[in-house]
Amino acid sequence: MDALPRPKLKSKKPKYSRFTQQELPAWKPILTPGWVIASFVAVAILFIPAGLLCLSASERVVEIIDRYDDECLPDSYSNKGDSFIQSKDTNKTCVRTMKVPKKMTAPVFIYYQLDNFYQNHRRYVKSRSDKQLRDPGFADETRDCKPEDNLHGDENEPIIPCGLVAWSLFNDTYILSKGNKVLDINKKDIAWKSDTEIKFGSDVYPKNFQKGELIGGGELDETKPLSEQEDLIVWMRTAALPNFRKLYGKINSDLEANETITIVIQNNYNTYEFGGEKRIVLSTMSWIGGKNDFFGIAFLTIGGICLFMAINFILLYVCKPRPLGDPSYLSWNRNPSGQ
Amino acid sequence: MATQNVETNKKKKKKKGKVKWSDLYTFSCLRPPPPVNRSDFGHPGFSRVVFCNDSGMHKTKPYKYPTNDVSTTKYNVVTFLPKSLFEQFRRVANLYFLLVAVLSVTSLAPFSPLSLIAPLVFVVGISMLKEGVEDWHRFLQDLEVNSRKVKVHIGNGKFVDRSWKVLRVGDVVKVIKNEYFPSDLLLLSSSYEDGVCYVETMNLDGETNLKIKRCLECTLIFDNEQKFDKFKATIRCEDPNSSLYTFVANLEFGDEDQLDSSYPLSPSQLLLRDSKLQNTDYVYGVVIFTGRDTKVVRNSMNSPSKRSRVERKMDHVIYVLFFMLLLISLITSIGSVLYTDQPQTTKEWWYLRLLDDTDASFDPDKPLISGFLQFLRALILYGYLIPISLYVSIEVVKFLQAMLINNDLHLFDEMSGKSVESRTSNLNEELGQVEMILSDKTGTLTCNQMEFRKCSIEGISYGGDVNEIVRAASQRMNIDIESYRFNLDGADSTPRDSIEMVEISSDQNKIDLNAEKGIQNLGVMAIKGFNFRDDRLMNKMWLHGSNVWDMIMFFRVMALCHTGIPVENGEETSSHKLKYEAESPEEVTFLIAAQEFGFQFCRRTQSSMFVKEIDPSGFEVEREYKLLNLLEFSSSRKRMSVIVRDEVGQIFLFCKGADNIIFDRLGDGGRTYQHATTIHLANYAEDGLRTMVFAYRKIEDSEYEKWSSTFTKAKVTIGHEREELLENVSETIEKDLVLLGAVAVDDKLQDGVAECIDKLAQAGLKIWLLTGDKKETAVNIGFACSLLRHDMKQFHLSLSRDAESKNQLKAMKDDILNQIEASYQVTVNEKTKDDPLALVVDGKALEIALTNDIRDRFLQLAVSCASVICCRVSPKQKALITRLVKRYTGKMTLAIGDGANDVGMIQEADIGIGISGMEGMQAVMASDFSMPQFRFLERLLIVHGHWCYKRISKMILYFVYKNIVFGLTLFYYELYSKFSGDVLYDGWYMVMFNLFLTSLPVISLGVLEQDVSSDICLQFPALYQQGQKGIFFSWKRIIGWMGNGILTSLAIFILNVYILSLSAFRQGGEVVDISHLGVITYTAVVWTVNCQIALIITHFTWIQHFFIWGSILCWYIFLLFYGALPPKYSHREFGLLVEAVGPAPMYWIVVLFVVVISLLPYFIYMVIQRSFYPMDDHVIQEMKYGRKIVVDDETWLREKQSSRKATHIGFSARVDAKILHLKDQLHKKRMFIIKSITSSPIRRSITISTLENRD
Repeated sequence: MDALPRPKLKSKKPKYSRFTQQELPAWKPILTPGWVIASFVAVAILFIPAGLLCLSASERVVEIIDRYDDECLPDSYSNKGDSFIQSKDTNKTCVRTMKVPKKMTAPVFIYYQLDNFYQNHRRYVKSRSDKQLRDPGFADETRDCKPEDNLHGDENEPIIPCGLVAWSLFNDTYILSKGNKVLDINKKDIAWKSDTEIKFGSDVYPKNFQKGELIGGGELDETKPLSEQEDLIVWMRTAALPNFRKLYGKINSDLEANETITIVIQNNYNTYEFGGEKRIVLSTMSWIGGKNDFFGIAFLTIGGICLFMAINFILLYVCKPRPLGDPSYLSWNRNPSGQ
Repeated sequence: MATQNVETNKKKKKKKGKVKWSDLYTFSCLRPPPPVNRSDFGHPGFSRVVFCNDSGMHKTKPYKYPTNDVSTTKYNVVTFLPKSLFEQFRRVANLYFLLVAVLSVTSLAPFSPLSLIAPLVFVVGISMLKEGVEDWHRFLQDLEVNSRKVKVHIGNGKFVDRSWKVLRVGDVVKVIKNEYFPSDLLLLSSSYEDGVCYVETMNLDGETNLKIKRCLECTLIFDNEQKFDKFKATIRCEDPNSSLYTFVANLEFGDEDQLDSSYPLSPSQLLLRDSKLQNTDYVYGVVIFTGRDTKVVRNSMNSPSKRSRVERKMDHVIYVLFFMLLLISLITSIGSVLYTDQPQTTKEWWYLRLLDDTDASFDPDKPLISGFLQFLRALILYGYLIPISLYVSIEVVKFLQAMLINNDLHLFDEMSGKSVESRTSNLNEELGQVEMILSDKTGTLTCNQMEFRKCSIEGISYGGDVNEIVRAASQRMNIDIESYRFNLDGADSTPRDSIEMVEISSDQNKIDLNAEKGIQNLGVMAIKGFNFRDDRLMNKMWLHGSNVWDMIMFFRVMALCHTGIPVENGEETSSHKLKYEAESPEEVTFLIAAQEFGFQFCRRTQSSMFVKEIDPSGFEVEREYKLLNLLEFSSSRKRMSVIVRDEVGQIFLFCKGADNIIFDRLGDGGRTYQHATTIHLANYAEDGLRTMVFAYRKIEDSEYEKWSSTFTKAKVTIGHEREELLENVSETIEKDLVLLGAVAVDDKLQDGVAECIDKLAQAGLKIWLLTGDKKETAVNIGFACSLLRHDMKQFHLSLSRDAESKNQLKAMKDDILNQIEASYQVTVNEKTKDDPLALVVDGKALEIALTNDIRDRFLQLAVSCASVICCRVSPKQKALITRLVKRYTGKMTLAIGDGANDVGMIQEADIGIGISGMEGMQAVMASDFSMPQFRFLERLLIVHGHWCYKRISKMILYFVYKNIVFGLTLFYYELYSKFSGDVLYDGWYMVMFNLFLTSLPVISLGVLEQDVSSDICLQFPALYQQGQKGIFFSWKRIIGWMGNGILTSLAIFILNVYILSLSAFRQGGEVVDISHLGVITYTAVVWTVNCQIALIITHFTWIQHFFIWGSILCWYIFLLFYGALPPKYSHREFGLLVEAVGPAPMYWIVVLFVVVISLLPYFIYMVIQRSFYPMDDHVIQEMKYGRKIVVDDETWLREKQSSRKATHIGFSARVDAKILHLKDQLHKKRMFIIKSITSSPIRRSITISTLENRD
């Protein structure tokens, strides 16, 4: 009941700012039919030509694929691929021919394709030593390379390049000839520049490679530094998926349509044991890379769907329009009893 | 006259101290203490011994009791770390994170340990810091309380200031007026001669009226500091307990004459800690209970930690995700084992050399172990499904939300300089889902300030301007007040009434105009407690009225029938106006009003009351009234009377009380004004005013003599029939009364309370009033803030006297159950289904109704009522009701209160709000939010609550989506890598994802998103119901978003794999390797999740734009920077963007393509929903922004109107009801006029003109 003068309170009045009052100017987009139709149409307009472009680029690419793992297996070994491939005495040379369907303009890229080969297996992927590859001073950095780290388990004899990846280097070889003329396969610049220049040392030489009891795959020229061993460098770029292609080389001359190409294959690499497949691929390139019809078709499909949606919505809005901000859609108008 | 003055002077020496209160209070004070078996002392439960004035005895066992140091903290320096850590790791999610963090140190982890440990430390650290800070505040408050000072006797009659915490049992303390009692004290003596003192127990039970405590007569002599030198006594009492209203003890007091005599003590000698001494200069007391033994501390509960419902539901979402995580981890580990285990497989996959120097994860010899290790690794790897960053982000977002709430200028109260403060930020979104508000009354809805507003004397109403509801109704109906007035009083209004009405109606405009001015004027000349404007009564104008005698009698009742006392007015002695103090604030307003009307009650002595009156001649005279008897107010009597003898010798009985009680006791000659008064009373009550009826009676000397002797006889009776006897005797004299009139007092509501309740009701909130006050007051306030209205059907639950007197639980239960059943039948009855219903429950009835077996029935009834008022409830009951309502209805409850008695309720409710404006901080300390005024609740709930709920819901859903998208792409890759646990992305990408690339947009969503602006929220309270229904965080939505995440992750992964596998992706013939596929997929993920949030957000300020597009840009910048690092650090990501993917057109096209496809399903869903099943906020957005509707547009207004939830409470609802009522009346009136036209052609001309005017 006493009317004592209120002690002057320390006012904690908040300071005004548009942010704290949540009054910042804002764009409040509303998904109006116009926006809906416009965005569908926009996607359609963007995707359909893009799809056509990709498809046409893909169409221009000429690609020849030949699976040779089973063809190059002599009938006598038809079910024993592994013993064939592991035997030192068998003749691994195999001749394949292929016809060029369309003119292939240079450069023609030669790939080998492995299926069901898990280069992305964790044990495999990490079994390498980037330091060792880069720098001769880190030759004994082979911790991660087990079981291909040191020769006979001797720490003073590190394997260069160590690890399962290098050890299992792909070692089939191809000789291509057109008629009687052997086609020159350029194996330079098939690897990434950053690899040859930085990641693989020009002063690192292979050592103790493939000298153990188990031979994995290809061997390396011990006189050439790693940076020049581009087959290895390509192989060491582990593929993301179990089916992959890797660049083998390039032919810098055109292949005319209907020409027959003879390929002499040294079928060395063991894919028989795990049921993998081997293919040789010749392909030209376009701006989207190799042949990729899926991409173009997917583009066209989505573009088409969007166009279809756009038309549908236009029809819907014409036939059964919902006026914007129609109050009859408000919940209290829709079911007044529900309140 | 002269003798009188001498006497007055003599009395002035000891001021009011001379008044023997025990004589005035005929009932309560002399009531004998309840019989207790005193032989229990010394036995378990009654073992406490207190040596008064000898606290040294309590330093050693067995009499060592706790110190008066009260601590409410949860932790101390030592226990903080272990205890709070334990609290933190009781959360399942945190435990999982801890497991992951521990595992991350081992070689198993696919990521760096730091990226797993740091966020955990952050989350746990923040929570612990919060706990710590809260506890620190508690500690500071304890410190403040513990170091308050009180005067303690240190021997030789000397008293010195000591802090509360050093107080010991047995100490004698002196408490000064307006101080709190430091512990539970035994009252020894007070500044009053007869040892009474007034105590305000607001903090204990919320009651604002003063309670009288009274010391034993034997300790009366210790009323002087010096006398305590020799004071020695022993108290044997019960052990500490939590019951506020019981106290059993004996005082053994070594008097000189009567050695070791023992006196029984009762609760009326016990002064409880946290109550306040008032109206008494000082008291002396002995400390009986200290610190945690005190009753108030024993009544307090530990504050529970609250978690919001959204968060609790989020736990379930986390369980689902955890299940998902376990499932895919299991798939991964089983897959891995299957590949590793078979002997031929290990041989076949020669290039893996699994048999040589094997890795534990791929050991064909130990498939189980390697499987288990793979499982653990998978748990960590897919840990992105259960994002610890979610917890981090939620903490950050809630903190920022709380900051925005604290800084809202609309929630700032200029008067108190305080603002709404969010004290625990983890309940923000809970504000958007409240369905039930449990509110305290005093200090929360009302200002705890009474005002004299209106009175009705001799059947004429004074001080009456038309109330706001009528004004609003008439404005809406476009009729003028005049016609309303005629309708209201109808044909039976007395001629005088009509004149008055005309007068008012013609002045109506003037009054309206003057209203503003009036308020300003009031600031200058306002008298506190007197808000009355009527020139007919002021400045002696009433002397010109017709029946001055009744007028005078009316004012005499006002000035004499009370228990108040005048107090010296320090500042304004010159104005000759007095201030008063009385047991109830209403009496004070009556005294003030009487003074304003010219009847100044100037002093009270033992046997007389002195009033300065205005004589019919207009002069002021001082009259003495001999106070013969005072028949006190009690809840059952509902009236109070004084019997006085005036100077002439006539004996009068002045009586005031509830209308029905008084009307029953009117004599045949006293009913002249009954009809008019009844009408006025109804009007007053509907306005929420507290009414009281005045009546008087002249008693013949002989009759008085006879009655007086029986009364005295009854008074000296001892035993429990005494009370009944006294009541019966009183009954015999309180009869044949003459009605004088009625007064109306306004329990002043706080600013904006009515409007706020109105809005909240429209938003679909139910409001329950829980008050410690008596029923009449509660009902009045119910009317004042429109929780009740006159056409509402009210159910009153109370114990019938019969059942109560029998005091048998069974009988009481049956009684209450019957009442509940009867009421419930009415609610389910078809005919009355839509009628507004209200339930008023009395505290005692509530106690029965809340017992186990009938509380379901009770709550069922309560929930079906539009408003519920519980009166006379104790703090514990408040908490109990809150808990039961919460449990029974499953609805979100919010409790709001201001006093310590509301603490239980505040802690128990889902959200507790403390009013910070008033004294006492207990409620605020226990609350989750504090606000200076009730009215801020509206904006806090309807705007901030709505926003926060939507924000948090959207944010969590998006987070789940985002992490499913990211986490599952990791899983799909396993399917392509023989479940070996290889990771598609670089370790740094993983860290970056939740840290920089997606975190800020989510936070901006969680802090700044607005579906509609604040003013629209307020205009369409119906939007609030979206939160109540919980539609933004329903399982439908959660599953939907999970599905969307799965779909998106599939789209991203499959498309990338199909497009990029095998053929070259660059013109140079290069094919993708792991790092290329990783970076392209990751780019697609970053784009997709950031574009997805752009689709969710509906409110883009520059901040959102900056964060979303900045995040995407940040990814490229990171990639550039990372790729530029030497290969030693960047590994296979060296030069990735610049050399490999950047120049390839495929990279950019693929990302564009994948992002569009990933967003397409959601976009189509969104389009369909918005086009065909729009939600309320969508439509309102469209109305507001889409069509550029002006706010005054008719549709806008109409929808604003109809969006209100059909409600029976609130101001608007009352206006609507009033309009219906008025229309009805108007119709009847017209019929009447038409009839009269036909019947009396003479009046034709007059009535036609009236009709014209009226239309």
